[in-house]
Amino acid sequence: MKEPKRAKPRPWEEGGPDRLYLLADDRNPPEEPVSLDVVTLIVSRSEAGSGMEPERASIVGICGYPLSVAEISAYLRLPVSAVIVLLTDLLTSGHVEARASIPARTMPDVELLEAVMHGLQNL
Amino acid sequence: MDYRISEPVVGPRPEDALPDSVTTAVKVVVVGGFGVGKTTLVGSVSEIRPLTTEETMTQASAGVDDIAGIERKSETTVAMDFGRITLSDELVLYVFGTPGQQRFWFLWDGLFEGALGAVVLIDARRLEDSFDVMGRLEERGVPFIVAINAFPDAPSYPVADLRESLDIPDAVPVVDCDARERSSSRDGLLTLVRYLYALTTTTSEPR
Repeated sequence: MKEPKRAKPRPWEEGGPDRLYLLADDRNPPEEPVSLDVVTLIVSRSEAGSGMEPERASIVGICGYPLSVAEISAYLRLPVSAVIVLLTDLLTSGHVEARASIPARTMPDVELLEAVMHGLQNL
Repeated sequence: MDYRISEPVVGPRPEDALPDSVTTAVKVVVVGGFGVGKTTLVGSVSEIRPLTTEETMTQASAGVDDIAGIERKSETTVAMDFGRITLSDELVLYVFGTPGQQRFWFLWDGLFEGALGAVVLIDARRLEDSFDVMGRLEERGVPFIVAINAFPDAPSYPVADLRESLDIPDAVPVVDCDARERSSSRDGLLTLVRYLYALTTTTSEPR
């Protein structure tokens, strides 16, 4: 117990993930949060603006063709939770659009399962 | 994991781009312990080089299991590999591999919601790893099949014995699978989807 206590507590861990939460622009919170799944497909609707933060610009830049939230997370090397925060902003600002993923339900559609089976059989 | 983006983000290669006509994405999850072959399976069926997405785990993990080196960390990074199969002009399937151990269950919330179902991948040399996983899936109401990854030196049990020792319900398909083989892995997924189809078409009454 001889170890002296630090004179000043350090509020930040260097290199820690805290910064992520500062990326989100909450000045214009979405009226209704969009429910984003890891397989929700995202497509850009505009070019990246010049004043856009790098992370957001990157998302707009790589989503010229549909990409899932999980793929965006992998390419940006950001956790899914952080990507979802960024995407919520970009959806609100209209820079990207989300193609509805299959909503959770007790049992998937028969037609959907038929399409999945058919696709797998043809591989 | 380095959260800072210091280099330009490289997106998918042009040949990996999904057609713009794709409107629907579905997912299945491959669950299993470490080293059971999840990543191998994902890699063998995926049309793209498997990608990795990471989440930070902040729960205390001490004493939950004995993976050397991470017991005392209060924060660690969990990687999930996933792959993609374009099934038609409109439909794409994502296949996620996720660890089955209890301390990773926090990952499951977003993952299993909306998933078609799961493949529980089993190493016949370490059956005991699978009990918790199947119980947890049942609790969540996630339909699953069991695939036994064919490790060369694994004991070959009759399926009936495996069913009994793992307490797998009769209705749940149990298949052999060589995760290294694309066709075998594909067949595992197909078994899952056929099972889901059977469940859907025989459960005509809404619950």
